[in-house]
Amino acid sequence: MADVPENAPQHCPGTGSSDAGKGSACQGCPNQSVCASGAAAGPDPAIEEIKEKMSTVKHKILVLSGKGGVGKSTFSAHLAHGLAEDEGKQIALLDVDICGPSIPKIMGLEGEQVHQSGSGWSPVYVEDNLAVMSVGFLLGSPDDAVIWRGPKKNGMIKQFLRDVDWGEVDFLIVDTPPGTSDEHLSVIQYLSGAHIDGAVIITTPQEVSLQDVRKEINFCLKVKLPIIGVVENMSGFICPKCKNESQIFPPTTGGAEKMCSDLGIPLLGRVPLDPNIGKSCDTGKSFFTEIPDSPATLSTLIIQSSSIICNHVF
Amino acid sequence: MRKRLSSMDTAPDGSNLAGVRHIILVLSGKGGVGKSTISTQIALALRHAGKKVGILDVDLCGPSIPRMLNAHGQDVHQCDSGWVPVYVDQEKSISLMSIGFLLERPDDAIVWRGPKKNAMIKQFVGDVAWGDLDFLIVDTPPGTSDEHITTMDALRPFNPMGAVVVTTPQAVSIGDVRRELTFCKKMGLPVVGIVENMSGFVCPHCTECTNVFSKGGGEELARHAGVPFLGCVPLDPLLTQSLEQGKDFIKEFPKSAAYSSITSIAQQILDGVTQGS
Repeated sequence: MADVPENAPQHCPGTGSSDAGKGSACQGCPNQSVCASGAAAGPDPAIEEIKEKMSTVKHKILVLSGKGGVGKSTFSAHLAHGLAEDEGKQIALLDVDICGPSIPKIMGLEGEQVHQSGSGWSPVYVEDNLAVMSVGFLLGSPDDAVIWRGPKKNGMIKQFLRDVDWGEVDFLIVDTPPGTSDEHLSVIQYLSGAHIDGAVIITTPQEVSLQDVRKEINFCLKVKLPIIGVVENMSGFICPKCKNESQIFPPTTGGAEKMCSDLGIPLLGRVPLDPNIGKSCDTGKSFFTEIPDSPATLSTLIIQSSSIICNHVF
Repeated sequence: MRKRLSSMDTAPDGSNLAGVRHIILVLSGKGGVGKSTISTQIALALRHAGKKVGILDVDLCGPSIPRMLNAHGQDVHQCDSGWVPVYVDQEKSISLMSIGFLLERPDDAIVWRGPKKNAMIKQFVGDVAWGDLDFLIVDTPPGTSDEHITTMDALRPFNPMGAVVVTTPQAVSIGDVRRELTFCKKMGLPVVGIVENMSGFVCPHCTECTNVFSKGGGEELARHAGVPFLGCVPLDPLLTQSLEQGKDFIKEFPKSAAYSSITSIAQQILDGVTQGS
């Protein structure tokens, strides 16, 4: 039923249905003749345009999780920073979390605006080789809420993929909202002509989170999206005073490790809870360069993941 | 004091929500801040105070409540007036409805776009036979999109009491929650108050308190936005453990760090109900 427009009459059979334009519900619908001609049943022409646009983008990686607040944006941002350490590589970071864009803050780009050029929207650059795009750059005030239903969110994502002037890019990292709904389906659909290399899935150790992440993994299988691996975030906490470890989010069912071995997917690594990571996100600085020798292994993980991703895609 | 008119007097007749006195939405712009945790704990605390509580979980892509209340794997039955919610205790003092009960396998992904989610939510709001409830707590997914707009549209005729908005202390989370407050304003939904979750962690080994996700952001936001601040809930391994195992934290750990903050939040909700009379 994905092809039923938001403003369609009740009982609309869907624009892709064989009954489109012919059903009793279609009587009086302004688009009846369009549907009946079969024009609406074909694939969205944007898919072809996006394929063309993405021909200058070598690799596309999605960062996913069924669960919210597990660190998708933190990981995406730092993976982008990590890959951009190689000055010979061009990195792009796209935030498709339309209702809760965190990337501008984490990248230290709050208040930045997107500029229009002849070749499309110009992304915001953090470094010469690191470009960022987010709906956050299009909002007038930090209090502005994006109260949009699916079709409008999809339209925005289409524009991000088709109308942003990304230029020559080695890696495009796409940070997503939690769940398995409009945004995810749209990104995958719009990039279907352009080939997505794979997804990195983020989780935290407790079952309440893993149960949502298993759904996300099933989603990847359903839409035939390869899984590069899983990252377990917030895995244990080392007290800065006594150096003892506590399990704030206890892996009661074996954590990501057990899930990965059960499902036969690689575990890229674990990152313990570290107040410094949260702090560097709040101040918009790269943890990677700010605190390179912190006990947390975010830096190590990023280095490992970068090399796994490079090996995976080349 | 004038006796509060129960929503029964104003609610559309014959509706399944006609016997529900107060409806509270639990919202947050940010995911993973503890909406479901706060929803279940408020429900348990209100039950502890002798109230009859229902929980409606409208997070369709990531339903967490069934596991948190040890109700996963149960089935929903039909009766003449609609779906019978799942009762989590023998006394039937907490009833629950979630898409988790409708899945064949727990790992099945709900890969639905907006219109299908909206239809499900309308059914959840209209077709569940809640019976008489003091409180119905509506747990939502993160964001300000289909689920939220549809839930608000469907609940508006029943005059929801308001929203409990959950955040964690750090700036990245506060940013999303500011947008959620704008959502409440635009929807005409009163804000009952803000809860700051995951606020500080007391090391069980040395009792040193570390602000893992910073501190004070929720209270500052409440002041800035001019809405009540309901309190801080600390990171408490006993609480996360209880949620994992579906135990009644309020009953089992009355001496823990998070207990007093949760009961105080529930008390403020109860006070709000009496004051509103």
